[in-house]
Amino acid sequence: MMLRLAAKSLWHRRLTASLVVLSIALAVTLLMGVERIRGATRTSFAAAVSGTDLIVAARASPVHLLLFSVFGIGNPTNNLAAATHRDIAARPEVAWTIPIALGDSHKGYRVVGTSAAFFQHFRYGEARALAFQVGGAFAGDDPVILGAAAARALGYRVGDAVVLAHGAGDVSFALHDAHPFRVAGILQATGTPVDRALYVPLQGLAELHRPANDDEADPLAAAMHGHDAAAPEATLTAVFVGLRARNQALGVQRALNEWKGEALTAILPAVTLQELWEIIGVAENALLAVSALAVAVGLGSMLVALLTGANERRREMAILRSAGATPRDVFTLMMGEAGLLALVGVLLGATIVQATFIAGESWLASRYGLTTGGLVPSGRELVSLGLIVIAGILIGAVPAYRAYRQSLADGMTIRL
Amino acid sequence: MSSPSTTAASPAPAIRLERVRFRWRADSPLTLAIDDFRLDAGERVFLHGPSGSGKSTLLSLVGGVLVPEAGDVHVLGTALTPLSAAARDRFRADHVGFVFQMFNLVPYLSLVDNVTLPCLFSRARRDRATSAGGSVADEAARLLDRLGLGLADIHTRRVADLSVGQQQRVAAARALIGAPEIVVADEPTSALDTDHREAFVRLLFEECARHGTTLLFVSHDAALASGFDRTIRLDEVNRP
Repeated sequence: MMLRLAAKSLWHRRLTASLVVLSIALAVTLLMGVERIRGATRTSFAAAVSGTDLIVAARASPVHLLLFSVFGIGNPTNNLAAATHRDIAARPEVAWTIPIALGDSHKGYRVVGTSAAFFQHFRYGEARALAFQVGGAFAGDDPVILGAAAARALGYRVGDAVVLAHGAGDVSFALHDAHPFRVAGILQATGTPVDRALYVPLQGLAELHRPANDDEADPLAAAMHGHDAAAPEATLTAVFVGLRARNQALGVQRALNEWKGEALTAILPAVTLQELWEIIGVAENALLAVSALAVAVGLGSMLVALLTGANERRREMAILRSAGATPRDVFTLMMGEAGLLALVGVLLGATIVQATFIAGESWLASRYGLTTGGLVPSGRELVSLGLIVIAGILIGAVPAYRAYRQSLADGMTIRL
Repeated sequence: MSSPSTTAASPAPAIRLERVRFRWRADSPLTLAIDDFRLDAGERVFLHGPSGSGKSTLLSLVGGVLVPEAGDVHVLGTALTPLSAAARDRFRADHVGFVFQMFNLVPYLSLVDNVTLPCLFSRARRDRATSAGGSVADEAARLLDRLGLGLADIHTRRVADLSVGQQQRVAAARALIGAPEIVVADEPTSALDTDHREAFVRLLFEECARHGTTLLFVSHDAALASGFDRTIRLDEVNRP
């Protein structure tokens, strides 16, 4: 009954009411958006590598190692000797290894030198293996395999010739014109960084960096390439290691970290991912705090609007009293208005978020490899939305109590 | 509504105040000191008093919004003072209709919703309005029509677009809907010009006569007093 009056009263002041609703809705959008992006980021980061027990590279900070080896973020500082890889692969605990050589790019996409073991042993998501859309693993002379996103963006088909560049930048000055590669296969989309890279055999990469002309006569140019031009075999950046038994991971990690041949760092991907979250968590919490503040500001604007209106509405309250309303009815009316504003604001905000994520899902997935992980609002989200509505109702108690007191004092007439 | 507090065999007076004392604050002088004030059921009484003579306070006592520090206020045989605030609010909703000076209407409600407002708070008046008009809204439309506001757009029209005279008639319809036993009009015509004043009072008489409603009409304008059953000068009964 009072709620119907509240709705009519809000409709009467629909300009002010819609501004309040909008500010609450935008705050809710921000809060939910940050939450969703955070969840999606975590899910897709966690899905990027699976089944790999250890990742080994030249000495680096664990987070840095994880970022460049799995996510292609940042550059490796040092290389790994091929001999070290052979020694690691020969250990009795090791079931398989995937050698990785980074440092080249093609039109902004990473070029990864690896072996056929990559297509055989690499797992992502929930232990899912890589699969091919067309073609197959390394075959023929100088083959290149494309990740799904890279293939789509570059428009290459199987059999096309691809010229690779050295350096991971978008524009590279050192073009390896002499070594065109042929597209041998295209991987299926994984929603992980695998999609945004090109894969060539390690041997092919080594060939690529072998001087074809005057590099040999110019040691400075060879040094600028960053690879030892005289090396007979490829240098590596990192090695993904699968063990026979998972419980050996810590022991092998210790052994590799104390390797006598060269300075190595071995990480357990899941553990380092956890470290990464702890670093990112600070920024995430700051974002969440800002969003929560925006919600507080939105609810504050509601309080201002209701309090400003309260004085102008003393006569209205007196009329209601004369028609038989109790001061409690007046209180309920004001609370109802606050509750309706908060509820509509929250529903609008949730709708905006939902619509945005539905509309942008494929874009997020292809551009950032983010899977939004179910478009149904989570229980946690529903709880926080409910809390915002409750906070709105509680804030409504301030003007409602004021109107109640005024109504008690004014009765049916307004003195003064 | 009969009440255990009435013992007289004759029908209870509509309004009776006995030895009532009221002051706004404990340290302020008495605003009201009324030893005997009564309106019989069905009476039309003109209460005349200059502004500041305690008219509004008296009406708030009758409406049960205020309670005296001493004395009894009986409305329709019910003593209001012992009732809880909520019970007094309910009693007012059931039995008393009010018309005030001006700005009587809730701006965000339609004409009909303004008229039916007391039916939100009083089940008794809702039931009576429904049995009289078929539905509360139909009864409101009928009342508006009888008061000369038979507009086609009463459901959508904004009350702010009405003239003051029309607004007062809407307020009268609200006071009358659901046939309360008592209608209290507090300076309802002071914002109207002379012609409209007399027409408004005539309409109020007609509608009150229909249900034998007791009418307490308060004004400082003695020219309106003719036609009432009785005139009470407030400064003669109120001697603080």
